[in-house]
Amino acid sequence: MNIVVLVKQVPDSGAERTLSPGDNTVERSSANNVINEMDEYAIEEALKIKEAHGGEVTVLTMGPERATESIRKALSMGPDKAVHITDDALHGSCAVATSKVLAAALGTLNADLVLCGAESTDGRVQVMPHMLAERLGVAALTGARKLTVDGSQLTAERQTDEGYEVVTAATPAVVSVWDTINEPRYPSFKGIMAAKKKPVQTLSLADLGVSADEVGAAGATSAVVEFAKRPPRSAGTKITDEGTGGEQLVAYLAAEKFV
Amino acid sequence: MAEVLVVVEASQASGVKKVTLEMLTIARSLGSVSAVVLGGPGAAAELAGKLGEYGAEKIYAAESDEIDGYLVAPKATVVAELVKRIQPAAVLLGSTQEGKEIAGRLAVKLENGLLVDAVEVAGDGTATQVVFAGSTIVKSRVTKGVPIITIRPNSVTPAPQAATPAVEQLTVVASDTDKLTKVVERVAEQKGSRPELSEASIVVSGGRGVGNADNFKLVEETADLLGAAVGASRAAVDSGYYPHQFQVGQTGKTVSPQLYLALGISGAIQHRAGMQTSKTIVAVNKDAEAPIFELADFGVVGDLFKVVPQANDEIRKRK
Ligand SMILES: Cc1cc2nc3c(=O)[nH]c(=O)nc-3n(C[C@H](O)[C@H](O)[C@@H](O)COP(=O)(O)OP(=O)(O)OC[C@H]3O[C@@H](n4cnc5c(N)ncnc54)[C@H](O)[C@@H]3O)c2cc1C
Ligand SMILES: Nc1ncnc2c1ncn2[C@@H]1O[C@H](COP(=O)(O)O)[C@@H](O)[C@H]1O
Repeated sequence: MNIVVLVKQVPDSGAERTLSPGDNTVERSSANNVINEMDEYAIEEALKIKEAHGGEVTVLTMGPERATESIRKALSMGPDKAVHITDDALHGSCAVATSKVLAAALGTLNADLVLCGAESTDGRVQVMPHMLAERLGVAALTGARKLTVDGSQLTAERQTDEGYEVVTAATPAVVSVWDTINEPRYPSFKGIMAAKKKPVQTLSLADLGVSADEVGAAGATSAVVEFAKRPPRSAGTKITDEGTGGEQLVAYLAAEKFV
Repeated sequence: MAEVLVVVEASQASGVKKVTLEMLTIARSLGSVSAVVLGGPGAAAELAGKLGEYGAEKIYAAESDEIDGYLVAPKATVVAELVKRIQPAAVLLGSTQEGKEIAGRLAVKLENGLLVDAVEVAGDGTATQVVFAGSTIVKSRVTKGVPIITIRPNSVTPAPQAATPAVEQLTVVASDTDKLTKVVERVAEQKGSRPELSEASIVVSGGRGVGNADNFKLVEETADLLGAAVGASRAAVDSGYYPHQFQVGQTGKTVSPQLYLALGISGAIQHRAGMQTSKTIVAVNKDAEAPIFELADFGVVGDLFKVVPQANDEIRKRK
């Protein structure tokens, strides 16, 4: 099975994140950038499917030059090769434009299965898999917490507020995964060494036949007009339980009219 | 006045969801409110009363088994056709998995901008979003096409305003590509009578400090006494104490209740990402240095197995 995994580089969600005052885009140049956490689960799932059914795993990233760090890290887990779409004109791309570019690249990769994270930690938009399925005219199985592959038939369990749904489709398809689907492997030393030699193809917008005015700030379908730091919450009363902590807690809740 | 479309979210069990009432409330300040019901045959008739109570002047009903039988694509097709026909001032959807998915497809079909997770929408369509784990507030605009905006549950207080909606039936024409992903089963996992996590006005969450799955009964007991939903930290979910759909935080639900009660939760930044905008935060933790206390309006440093049972008794007494 020919599998493409979408991997996005994002600012570490465990560190301070901000927007650039210049153009209100996510500050990526000074940030501590990492692989979008959920995408590691997509990589793991791709590797498991390859191990069980054979095939090839390609990592696909759209991102600035420094996203190569994340691509090498992804490759060190085990995928065979990577495609990196990078072009200065892409800076400031909205989700709609990003989906156009990723779909153009996917169009050349002939994937049976596109795996991706359910959402990215920077925008938390959660729209990419359906946008891509819409553009490619293929099936989307999103929010999978379990995926079964039987020949060309895919079955996913998808978490819902009420419980879960079982959804099925035939390949080609886009499948997005939650972090409950598996436990991503750690790259081995051998994997890290091997990753350095794996092929990474770089593509520009021109290579994909996408025009620069359809992406980036020029082609953005939405824009951040202003941003501000939220005043940090300040700590309120802190008491130490000396036998009446529970009663004091309820007294507070009562004063605030919660009981 | 231009129409504003509200894509209705409803559940089999409880009818129109609270986020829908919030959307109707917001939509009234943007134009004349039209609710779009996407469901099986008879869906609109069941929901019309409630939608009218909150100001829907019109209901577009797309009722067909194809809507329920396949994953979101037929819904997006119906809404896209409607948008093209009536050119609304805005389209509001719930910031839920399904709402975002419809919005994504809609944006591609219409080559149109979208904004997710808005907590406020101004009259000119500018949306306010709280991002980066609740640390930053942004104001954004759709600059191409109709504003397609998803609204985060618990953003506004739903306010009734009576209207008598006229119902217009829409024909559902799903293409073959809309029918690629079949829903073969819907399974409701037990939740009892508790409110839904993302919509609850009180959330009681347990963390690793709760210790095991059995002890979560204590968290549930507090929740039930307060009429609250139960939440959990990722560590609690990963340890198997509580199911994943109740996870709050970066890779779980974002909640914004009136009261968030954190029991045995350290308050890591990824957890804060999902609860930082709660109106009031109360924490019980035996570690006085736990970061959760930095944002707690009221914190109890103590053993939750002593503090919580005592609190539960005290709530019972006061009832
Ligand atoms: C907090 C926040 C919330 C937002 N909410 C929404 C929303 O709900 N819906 C929506 O559609 N948009 C949203 N946006 C996007 C926004 O509306 C604008 O389109 C704009 O600010 C782009 O922001 P960005 O930070 O994603 O752009 P960038 O930081 O420029 O990133 C956009 C994409 O381009 C890639 N990229 C950057 N430079 C290069 C390069 N040299 N080569 C290749 N790739 C590159 C990045 O890796 C990323 O994938 C949001 C943005 C922010 C910051
Ligand atoms: N620039 C990108 N490059 C590669 N994959 C991406 C990019 N943006 C989004 N994705 C993928 O789409 C998923 C959902 O992202 P989002 O819709 O932005 O929340 C992510 O987990 C990634 O797998």
